[in-house]
Amino acid sequence: MENKQQTDSVPAEAGSVIHVAPSPHLSDTALTTQRMMMDVLIALAPVVGMALYVFQWYAVHQLVICVASCFAAESLFTTMRGKPITLKDYSAAVTGVILAMSLPGTAPWYVGVIASFVAIGIGKVIFGGIGMNIFNPAMVGRAFVMIAFASALGATGYEDALSKIDAITQATPLTAFKQNGIVAPLADLFWGSTNGSLGETSALACIIGGLYLCIRRTASWEIPAGVILISAVIGEIQCLVNPQAGWTVLHHLCGGALLFGAFFIATDPVTSPLTPKGKFIFGIGVGAFIMLLRLFSGYPEGVMFAVLLMNGVTPLINRWTIPRPLGSAK
Amino acid sequence: MAEQPTASERFIQGILPENPVYRQVLGLCPTLAVTNGMKPAMTMAGAVLFVLVCSNIITSLIRGLLKPHLRIIVFTLTIATFVTIADRFLAAFMYDMSKALGPYIPLIIVNCIIICRCEVCASKQGVFTAASDAVGQSLGYALALSSIAIVREVLGTGMIFGYRVLPEAWPDWSIMILPPGAFLTLGLLMGTVNWFSERK
Repeated sequence: MENKQQTDSVPAEAGSVIHVAPSPHLSDTALTTQRMMMDVLIALAPVVGMALYVFQWYAVHQLVICVASCFAAESLFTTMRGKPITLKDYSAAVTGVILAMSLPGTAPWYVGVIASFVAIGIGKVIFGGIGMNIFNPAMVGRAFVMIAFASALGATGYEDALSKIDAITQATPLTAFKQNGIVAPLADLFWGSTNGSLGETSALACIIGGLYLCIRRTASWEIPAGVILISAVIGEIQCLVNPQAGWTVLHHLCGGALLFGAFFIATDPVTSPLTPKGKFIFGIGVGAFIMLLRLFSGYPEGVMFAVLLMNGVTPLINRWTIPRPLGSAK
Repeated sequence: MAEQPTASERFIQGILPENPVYRQVLGLCPTLAVTNGMKPAMTMAGAVLFVLVCSNIITSLIRGLLKPHLRIIVFTLTIATFVTIADRFLAAFMYDMSKALGPYIPLIIVNCIIICRCEVCASKQGVFTAASDAVGQSLGYALALSSIAIVREVLGTGMIFGYRVLPEAWPDWSIMILPPGAFLTLGLLMGTVNWFSERK
């Protein structure tokens, strides 16, 4: 980026001119979009593996459809805009995998296709491509199909009583609790043998992948920390208010898409705030919205809407948390 | 003052070059609200045609009497008269449609397309020019409404005017007949219109 600016602004023959460019003057050239996207894909491996293990062909089917559609949409829309096709940075693959992992395995094929085209087209390219989008593309696509095909992505869309896979014959844990007060065993939520969106069932896989992302600093640890902290606090309050329900803080954290959302969706560097303090506020906001939607809305889960809502206020958080330069007046 | 356009120029301009929705970006509230199907959209376009033609003619006839500081309120009263007629007419003869359109027929009073045409054309030009301007603008509005409504109704229900055009197996995109569909469709169509006009 910096190099490009310099070559743009400096005439070719001016060899001895001192380049004046805005900071940062020292940046890690290894930190490319491609490397970050590869990291996300590596981190998604345990989640994808768990989804393949639990949901088998359903997961394969959804992954192939979403990733292929995302590549197709990226090629189509970037060509329409007259830009070079940027499949090599893997961002379309990441969007496709995250989208597939956030859909129910039972969703019909057109759900994945439409979600991918909306994610890339309306979620990303229309704003000017990667790095310019306001909202997380995968969640834009998912929100679109969730409202468009309410029956396929609502609570009943996840169940198929005739399926050969045990998990799919049951209701998702959050729906079962919300509608019938059934509390899923914590071990099932942790290991991931319950029904749900493909990638959200296993808390363990999400934690492994998420820790990898945080250690590599591809994702900022402040965001998942904020999400988990505030969810635990609100979950604990809910537990104290209503202890006989049996849905503990750990159920709140391990159930549903909370960990998947906290580690993989909310941490999208494009749509989250820039400063560490802002990231923490963002995480707190996402977690608070998730718990509000879970406890008080008609939906059993609220990760998608929570992330989209906080994406919307990200510019505001950025404005509030401008760091004070060293030595400047208070 | 610059030369005012003639009647035929006014008529042509209203349809595409100065289309009320795609070019002037006026009257968007009813545009978004009533385009979930072709039937309500066309009823709305008809009501706007009636109100716009009548109020443009009246305004043009009384343009010699208008005082600059009172003209807006005179426009509004003129428009309100015809909107009330249109509203009562729909309630009497098309009760279900009147219910479906809800407040959007009375709200034509504050539809900026009409007050804009009164101000820009009718209060300055003769009756014939004002009437042809009103018809042109109304046709442009109907064109815009129908273009949005076709996309939304076909994708959202697989039907046009309530007749099935897509096979039964079509999965209804219910988001398209909900408010988000209106914003997305309008935005994408406006982008398409701009794209085509830039290429010319």
